[in-house]
Amino acid sequence: MEYFLELILGGLTRGSIYALIALGYTMVYGIIQLINFAHGEIYMIGAFTALIFTSVLTLLGFNEIAVIVLASLAAVIYSSAYGYTVEKIAYMPLRRASRLSPLISAIGMSIFLQNYVLLAQTSDFLPFPNLIPEFEFIKPYRHIISSPEIVILITTSTAMILLTFLIKFTRTGKAMRATAQDRNMAMLVGVNVNRVISITFVIGSALAALGGVLIASHVGQINFYIGFVAGIKAFTAAVLGGIGSIPGAVLGALVLGLTESFATGYVSSDYEDVFAFGLLVLILIFKPAGILGRVTARKV
Amino acid sequence: MLRLKNVNSFYGNIQVLKNLNIEISRGEIITLIGANGAGKTTTLMTISGLVPSRSGEITFMGKTIHNMRPDRIVSLGISQVPEGRRIFPYLTVLENLDMGAFLRTDRKNIKKDMEYIFDLFPILSQRRNQFGGTLSGGERQMLAISRAIMARPVLLLLDEPSLGLAPLIVRQIFEIIKKINIENQTTVFLVEQNANLALKAAHRGYVMENGRITLSDSAENLLSNENVRKAYLGL
Ligand SMILES: Nc1ncnc2c1ncn2[C@@H]1O[C@H](COP(=O)(O)OP(=O)(O)OP(=O)(O)O)[C@@H](O)[C@H]1O
Ligand SMILES: [Mg+2]
Repeated sequence: MEYFLELILGGLTRGSIYALIALGYTMVYGIIQLINFAHGEIYMIGAFTALIFTSVLTLLGFNEIAVIVLASLAAVIYSSAYGYTVEKIAYMPLRRASRLSPLISAIGMSIFLQNYVLLAQTSDFLPFPNLIPEFEFIKPYRHIISSPEIVILITTSTAMILLTFLIKFTRTGKAMRATAQDRNMAMLVGVNVNRVISITFVIGSALAALGGVLIASHVGQINFYIGFVAGIKAFTAAVLGGIGSIPGAVLGALVLGLTESFATGYVSSDYEDVFAFGLLVLILIFKPAGILGRVTARKV
Repeated sequence: MLRLKNVNSFYGNIQVLKNLNIEISRGEIITLIGANGAGKTTTLMTISGLVPSRSGEITFMGKTIHNMRPDRIVSLGISQVPEGRRIFPYLTVLENLDMGAFLRTDRKNIKKDMEYIFDLFPILSQRRNQFGGTLSGGERQMLAISRAIMARPVLLLLDEPSLGLAPLIVRQIFEIIKKINIENQTTVFLVEQNANLALKAAHRGYVMENGRITLSDSAENLLSNENVRKAYLGL
């Protein structure tokens, strides 16, 4: 029973990280129908930024909490700037082109950013310090859940609640939804659509950077390629839940995390991907639009 | 107030609007009639800035508005009820109305205008928390017009508001168009298939053929014009 509980919590932790990244895929897809292949790299850049800031801040003698907070903040800001810039130089000029052109541009951006980090940093794995201290109160439950897991669960759920609030109740959120549903009509009521698209990239990138910091600190090492692996998983989660749907991305990510956790726990970690992608195929056979995806007839 | 001077608009390489000249003064109801594919919708989209004009000039209240971003054009007071209504399907009726007032900041008056809308169309009040996509065709048209009114436009562009509606609702909608024209001094530019109805509501009219204006006159004269009667009134 305890083992089962441990697997559940482990799966939810994994899933909530996938969710942070999946949200960026799904929001961008929802608003401009683009699979942003460079999104995984934004996550990777977040992890690298956090690593650099952690080293520097630690050297400067900042205390643990200050290091975590400042490094995460730096990662979020840096990645957001990258996400914003990628959209402006690689996608915005192609807004009126056929749908394949931005897709190719996205793949190009992904390759470019990977190689940029490879050259600027190194191809080796770099150790990433564990930023999250061991909490006292967690000691008795250590066989079920760890301190990093708790922090990840709390941070991600807070981020998702804030996002939900933003999308549902703010003016910007309404503009985002309207733009996703009918871009030209959104222009006709006075929405500055380019700005809404930029905001979407910035939010998605910020969430991915947060995911990058949390998982790097949990796993303990990073390299230029981690964005690709995490990106594929998060993209799978977004498709599983129904790409374009925000609750769908979160649900898909949690389902994926739990599946992997159980596959690892009861079978073998070698099979976690088999189960994850087997599940994807199975769900898409019965629900081609994903769990919460909707098949919309879109007017252009 | 609105003036199109030698406007030429294209989709890719295909020219749709050819040397278009249109002038509308404050407080008028002007109608644009023409056969399918003549370029009426394109005219409205060019005014709203969604279809770029390649040459010519569009001015609105003394400002040059071609080459302006669509949201800027809206902020000057030009609202459009586009062809096919284009209600946001997954926003509620209330949220759709809110989107109409997107650029306004006077919350108090927005509330008041919403009450005004619900007075005009009580059915929308009953449906206020329903998704736009679940409304009937008539309800959607009412919502589309209401959404545009929520912007408190100076100039209202209407693209075939009568399309697919029951005669009773059509009459109601035309009553409202006349009402806001008189009460709020809203200038109306009305594109219509139903030329008879449109010319009866309008002060002046333009006839468009293949992207060109071929005739422009007072509504009365157009109603009694032989060619117009034959081509657009089916008489
Ligand atoms: N997005 C587009 N791309 C290419 N051509 C277009 C596009 N939209 C319209 N056209 C063409 O432009 C011409 C004018 O179209 P427009 O929609 O302005 O006509 P309309 O007068 O509104 O017709 P209707 O009464 O049927 O609504 C048509 O020949 C049409 O095929
Ligand atoms: Mg038309």
